[in-house]
Amino acid sequence: MIPPAFTYRRASSADEAIALAAEYGDDAKYLAGGHSLLPLMKLRFAAPSVLIDLGRLPELSYIRDERTYVAIGALTRHHDVQHSPVLAAQIPLLAHTAGRVGDPQIRHRGTIGGSVAHGDAASDLPAALLALDATFVARGPSGTRSVQAAGFFKGIFETDLEPGELLTEIQVPKPAVPAAWSFQKFTKRAIDWAIVGVAVQGHAIALINMGTTPLRATAAEAALASGASIADAAALAAEGTSAGSDIHATKAFREHLARVLVKRALEEAGARS
Amino acid sequence: MKVELTVNGKDITADVEDRTLLVHFLRDVADLTATNIGCETTSCGACTVLLDGESVKSCTVLAAQADGRSVTTLEGLASDAGEMHPVQKAFHEEHGLQCGYCTPGMVMAIVSLLRENPSPTEEQVRAGLEGNICRCTGYHNIVKAALSAASGVNP
Repeated sequence: MIPPAFTYRRASSADEAIALAAEYGDDAKYLAGGHSLLPLMKLRFAAPSVLIDLGRLPELSYIRDERTYVAIGALTRHHDVQHSPVLAAQIPLLAHTAGRVGDPQIRHRGTIGGSVAHGDAASDLPAALLALDATFVARGPSGTRSVQAAGFFKGIFETDLEPGELLTEIQVPKPAVPAAWSFQKFTKRAIDWAIVGVAVQGHAIALINMGTTPLRATAAEAALASGASIADAAALAAEGTSAGSDIHATKAFREHLARVLVKRALEEAGARS
Repeated sequence: MKVELTVNGKDITADVEDRTLLVHFLRDVADLTATNIGCETTSCGACTVLLDGESVKSCTVLAAQADGRSVTTLEGLASDAGEMHPVQKAFHEEHGLQCGYCTPGMVMAIVSLLRENPSPTEEQVRAGLEGNICRCTGYHNIVKAALSAASGVNP
């Protein structure tokens, strides 16, 4: 399988990438690690006529401790997030989750910004960043703006990014109790996308693959906040979700998994902290 | 577009379609056919090669993305004198293959794994091979080969 024909352009700076996107308009897509986009192109689910390669922009690959938050360049690879000493100490949920994406080869290529901008509800990192209340920084022709994770994911593969905007940085606030985390991922094979997954930080609970976007389990969070037990809160994990049925699982099985995994995650996060 | 890759230490320049995948460049342009095409969907790992020393699945990298970079395939592991790489030797000694189709990808994945973690536990080897599928061996002898290469049993 090969992708449909396209024109390849390599950006040598973030500004050049944004200028190229403005030049080509809707026909162009940014290419980061390519591990979501190229498979979609092979299947003809996407057929951009221009790819703007961001792969040579070291200016957007970094992990910086900014005292109250950690700033991560959008082109930082999963491998580098996984092995970051700063994240291991300050935000272990994120380092661990990056290490659960795909497999080692995929983590050598895939980037955190690419995963976020792709906006797949079945991806691991968007849910972890939602549980961590991250902020996404986007740069476009008219300037730079910040978007909270809670308002960023709009629908199936749809985010708040405007056409031509480039996600440049992810800002993750340091959790009050870094150790109070858990990541649960139910798969049939090691490298599969989660059939259902859960990221927990403190009392924040985010769900993977329980709707068209990553979701917060708001009913379970509210129950915890009002003093409910873990078991009682976890029983509400599927409230307000809209899981689908497919060859991997029915909607009812996904809802069951959400309740079971949220319970496990809250117990593990509690035991760690 | 014109791309220039260093493959197994040799510079190769070619004019290719922009959409050319690295695995096709290696097989059809560089004429190095050890790298197998398996699933073509980033799942099976048969096409694993090293890009600047790290394992990648060459069916999901464009030749254009590898332009100016260094690629190592299975053919590039043995010494100039023809002596096998320790991981290749370990596969031979531990009977780490049956049909052989996954083997080039397995070997490259293990070479990359051992560069990052020269003394892995069995669990770390198994996790490190999550991206490589074998349908013959049940993985046991592949894992043994990785561990024996790491311990220098077959130097």
